[in-house]
Amino acid sequence: MWSENTVSNMNKQIDSNTDRSTNRNTAVIAASLKKRYAREKRFQWYGRLAVLTGFIFLFLLLADIVSKGTPAFTQSFIKLSINLDPEKLGVDANSTENELRQANYAAVIKRSLRKKFPEVSGRKEKRRLYRLISIGAEYKLRDYIVAHPEDIGKRKEFWLRAHSEADSYLKGQVDKNTPEADRRVKDNQVNWLNQLHKEGLTDTRFNTTFFTAGDSREPELAGIKAALFGSFFTLSVTFLLSFPIGVFAAIYLQEFAPRNRLTDLIEININNLAAVPSIVFGLLGLAVFINFFGLPRSAPLVGGIVLALITLPTIIITSRTAIQAVSPSIREAALAIGASKLQTIFHHVLPVAMPGIFTGAIIGMAQALGESAPLLMIGMVAFIMDVPGSIMDSSTVLPIQVYLWADNPEHGFMEKTSAAIMVLLLFLIIMNALAIYLRKRFELK
Amino acid sequence: MKKFILHSVVIVAAMGSINTAHAIGRDTINIVGSSTVYPFATVVAERFGRSSNFKTPKIESTGSGGGLKLFCKGAGANTPDITNASRRIKKSEYDKCQKNGVTSITEVLVGYDGIVIANSKKAIRLNLTRKDLYMALAKIVPGPDGKLIPNPNTTWKDVNAKLPAIKIEVLGPPPTSGTRDAFAELALGGGAKTIPDLKALRGMKASQADEIKAMMTKLGIPLTVYDSMKKKKGKAPKGKKIFKAVVYAVREDGAYIEAGENDNLIVQKLQTNPNALGIFGFSYLEENADKVQGSIIDGIEPSFDTIASGDYPVSRPLYFYIKNAHVGKIPGILEYALAFASKKAMGEDGYLPERGLIPLNSNELLQVQKNIKNLKVLKM
Repeated sequence: MWSENTVSNMNKQIDSNTDRSTNRNTAVIAASLKKRYAREKRFQWYGRLAVLTGFIFLFLLLADIVSKGTPAFTQSFIKLSINLDPEKLGVDANSTENELRQANYAAVIKRSLRKKFPEVSGRKEKRRLYRLISIGAEYKLRDYIVAHPEDIGKRKEFWLRAHSEADSYLKGQVDKNTPEADRRVKDNQVNWLNQLHKEGLTDTRFNTTFFTAGDSREPELAGIKAALFGSFFTLSVTFLLSFPIGVFAAIYLQEFAPRNRLTDLIEININNLAAVPSIVFGLLGLAVFINFFGLPRSAPLVGGIVLALITLPTIIITSRTAIQAVSPSIREAALAIGASKLQTIFHHVLPVAMPGIFTGAIIGMAQALGESAPLLMIGMVAFIMDVPGSIMDSSTVLPIQVYLWADNPEHGFMEKTSAAIMVLLLFLIIMNALAIYLRKRFELK
Repeated sequence: MKKFILHSVVIVAAMGSINTAHAIGRDTINIVGSSTVYPFATVVAERFGRSSNFKTPKIESTGSGGGLKLFCKGAGANTPDITNASRRIKKSEYDKCQKNGVTSITEVLVGYDGIVIANSKKAIRLNLTRKDLYMALAKIVPGPDGKLIPNPNTTWKDVNAKLPAIKIEVLGPPPTSGTRDAFAELALGGGAKTIPDLKALRGMKASQADEIKAMMTKLGIPLTVYDSMKKKKGKAPKGKKIFKAVVYAVREDGAYIEAGENDNLIVQKLQTNPNALGIFGFSYLEENADKVQGSIIDGIEPSFDTIASGDYPVSRPLYFYIKNAHVGKIPGILEYALAFASKKAMGEDGYLPERGLIPLNSNELLQVQKNIKNLKVLKM
């Protein structure tokens, strides 16, 4: 504590010094001011640099994925004239559908290729020639014949799917200058493809298969439909479980729960739960839902329950914040005109808090959509070709499809992997945009 | 809101009811197991699903050990029907199967896989022996006086004067992988067998306890290893057990880097680091022939022919195991197994060799087909 004496002394001194030192003081202040402005400017530049660095990383990542993934959305086709010879096929127009399904379609395609390039001889060369066309061509021909058995014996022209290696050459991804031994597409295949291209017998189209087919071990036949449906079923279960439970828990904790130690403990634990690594939930799912309750492995039901556990804390925390943010005047007005507490909450508080709650729920769902680690433990990392029809069918999800494709030895899967990432990112962007839209839109009210 | 709650309750209840209906039967074959067999099994499954009236089998890649663990858990719709393995079933696993009621198993040999030690094409190709690999990668190796010491070698030149002075840096699979087990057995074990003392130890019977102990002292292995093994098993261990415990341990000081089960990742890392070597299956070498080259082992280059003929020393058989109790209950198991063992798939000109599987010879193939048709029960 300063005594009054000192203070008055100081004042006197300042008074006597003021005139003389005004000029000097201004100079000092001006100099320090300049320094302070420079400091602020520097800080702003650091900030800009930080943002820029972040953007550069994001841009590099996206550019890499997009440049690698874009070719996956197109697919090359080769036009062949095929003689649907009943002798070669081993069936005729009177065969049953089952017989038609088992007919030898590879034989007619191979013969057509040999006719197109009669100079090809030797086992090794022929095998290379047959490798131009995807095995998918056989399935296409089969489906055609099963639908049109009357065409057996006729000559028809078909646009057949190219093998992924031929496809990569036709899309210009193969460098012809690398030595032949180091290339998957050999010199004679290059020549055949060039000839087909010159004759206008090749075409590049939009790859609808990528969206209409399930997984496959042939890159040119692989699609993400099964994974998309798997993600949809899994997220449905997650939403139906975590949203009502999360919202009710939040309402109770915020509006009804007595303020005591137990509530505090629960609150702390919910916050802790949000930070638990997701793989732990996967182990829990394996031990409890599969081993104890005997639910099937690889099913979206189990995956959905596990993901619901992961998203619950997020939803509870955001819902509580949203409810807390509702102005007390609304509550008090409702109570004042005689509404019960329950009526106040359901008729007045919740509608106002809903945009916030939805935002939290959507962000939680987006988090669940991108989650893969816990699903590893419950058997959703599997080769599943058939598109799942319910939450009990075996299925996989988008991020896991990405993981599986990244691990396949065939080169053609590299672009599919990036393309699947692009689809996954698109969904995440849509979900986040929806969350922002809902918030903006309902905040105005 | 009330309606919404009601709806969700109804939907969740409906989900539960589907479950009880499902638990009784299953119409899709469930397959688990080795990540090495996975690329082959999935190709068969896809073609099987597309060309037959059965559903496409579901295949999980769990690793050989993980697959057998699930497989041997018991019989019933909640357990897998088939497990793939990149090594033979172990006696302990077989016993566990028997104990859990999986008494009738059919073993199917599907072909061979070579394990390659590859590096970037930008680097020079290495000419290694299995002894070099043992001396470079084992946790403990014989020192100058013949006693086992922690691996002191830091460059390939330390291991063998003929090799270049490059730092030893090998990317390989983790311990859960069958590839790692096979590599330890074939490359490390094979290399250690060229060292007379270790070879002698390997050949000793359980009854030669004194000789084993004498050899252990000579090699500088603490005798506590022997005692703890005896205590654990309840009987005197064979020399081979001690040999395995000593030789199969891979060094943990950073020279061997566990790169996860993703072989494509190893290939990518080799491209960026020309000094590093990588360990993976032959099919990945074939598919990435433009980027990486397989080292020559004991004078033999890894190729389709050298692995098929058995000349390439680091190759191993691949299997799958059928749970016979499920045949006839889950539709399509026998048909799938026969499709796998068909000439169209596994024959020399089949579609699996095209993917890098080293096929069986025609006699072996016929025997395998016969075993499947008769569901020959595995006895161990």
